[in-house]
Amino acid sequence: MSATPHVLLIEDEPNIAEAIRFLLSRDGLSVTVLDHGAKAMAVMREKVPALVILDLMLPDISGLEILTAMRGERAFRGVPVLMLTAKGQARDREAAEKAGASLFMAKPFANAELMAAVRQLLGA
Amino acid sequence: MALSRLIGSRLRERRQALGLKQADVAARAGISASFLNLIEHNRRRVGGEVLAGLARVLQMDAAALGGIGESGLLDDLRAAGAGTAAELDRVEEFVGRFPGWAGALAQASGRAVQAERAVMVLNDRMAHDPHLAQALHELLTAVSAVRATAGILAETGDLAPEWRDRFQRNLHQDAERMAIGAETLVAWLNRAEGGAEAVASPQEEFDAWLEAKGWHLAGLERGEGAEAEIEAEIEAGLTSHLARDLARVWAVRTQAEARAMPLEQAQGFDDPLALAAGFGLGPMAGLRRMAGLPGSVHGLVICDGAGALTFRKPARGFALPRFGAACALWPLFQALTRPGQPVEARVRLAGRGGEGGFHLRAVAETRVGARFGDPVLVEAAMLITPLGQVAEEVPEIGSTCAVCAKPACPARREGSILAPL
Repeated sequence: MSATPHVLLIEDEPNIAEAIRFLLSRDGLSVTVLDHGAKAMAVMREKVPALVILDLMLPDISGLEILTAMRGERAFRGVPVLMLTAKGQARDREAAEKAGASLFMAKPFANAELMAAVRQLLGA
Repeated sequence: MALSRLIGSRLRERRQALGLKQADVAARAGISASFLNLIEHNRRRVGGEVLAGLARVLQMDAAALGGIGESGLLDDLRAAGAGTAAELDRVEEFVGRFPGWAGALAQASGRAVQAERAVMVLNDRMAHDPHLAQALHELLTAVSAVRATAGILAETGDLAPEWRDRFQRNLHQDAERMAIGAETLVAWLNRAEGGAEAVASPQEEFDAWLEAKGWHLAGLERGEGAEAEIEAEIEAGLTSHLARDLARVWAVRTQAEARAMPLEQAQGFDDPLALAAGFGLGPMAGLRRMAGLPGSVHGLVICDGAGALTFRKPARGFALPRFGAACALWPLFQALTRPGQPVEARVRLAGRGGEGGFHLRAVAETRVGARFGDPVLVEAAMLITPLGQVAEEVPEIGSTCAVCAKPACPARREGSILAPL
């Protein structure tokens, strides 16, 4: 078993992605960052992540579509997904939960909250 | 006639209170004493210059006095009292005995209805305005990046210099984005301060301008030679060139239709199809002309083949959505599916209590291109005619789903903020 859990971060805002990547790396996690959703499934198939942090609004396909696709593939059904969105609306949360999100976090989030959620989902 | 009776009685009461003789008042008002006698005994209607003359002699407010005679006040009060315990059968007596209170109540009720509509419009806008949604998203994204980056800078004591420099650079970039996002949002809110009718897009600017003009330009009725005057009005009243282009297209068509259907003759028609047919024009021209006549009470909506509303003239009591799609139950959309076949319906607005009904008449026309292979475009128009109170049961429709109270609607596409909690 790998000692370093791998996290796939799908976030199109470069500065947010950089901050999250820094926080995850500082916590000893290995991170792959994607700034769009089109290749998400292919990247996951190459290396099944221990956790996916997924932005709801991406430039090409939506985070919900990726989540739905993940839950439709046996290999990724059990992978925890933390959804991020700048639209903290109840309907987004509902839709994300219905599609199988493990946790939902509205932007702007506190770094401590984000890392607490990550640790919880990784069972650390 | 009940309405004249009110005015006649008040004139008589006032004359007697001043201790004036009928003959003196009549002479000073320029009418015969016998005519005044008939007016005071409610056997003749009074209005216009005669009423103004009598009001001047009796030192009364002609506008307020005349206002009693306007059925609008009675309609307003009936609408205000509908669905409550108000004695609707005694509304005329109420107006006659307490004209000031009646006016105040009608005004307050009107303001409440206006405020409710403003809330509906703004809510509609909040829910569907793409500019607002984009501005908020940009701002939230920048705030998120700043919060995460600032948190790292503040919480990480031993941050490597290259990381510190990178995050400081990011912070600067995001601060700039926040400033732009905040400016965009403030600009939107400043526009919104103008009220529910604030302008945001060329279409809205054109709509607001036309509404301010009373949906009519005097020059349009004058035929040749009015083009310069119309152009000057467009230049003076509209700021964006896109809104001016919309206004010019509208003015050219409206002027052509005004020439084809002259004002005096057009005013004699109640049926838009008969009006258009009477002048050998297509049916939509009749709908547009009736809605565009000076002082017309008719509302008009026009949509393109995709169902997008391209023209919105509201009728009293019939709010039109600014954003998002309109109610799919409107005859407008039924007409769109069968061009050339007029569709009409008498309806009531869902959730509007005892307010009056509307007669909706819609028709669609196809526009064939100039060459084979050009796309055939469809356009539909719907004339909205307020009916006042309707005794019979009529179907209920809405404005747009988000602000419609109609329960269990087969055409509903999204939830309503008016739905019971």
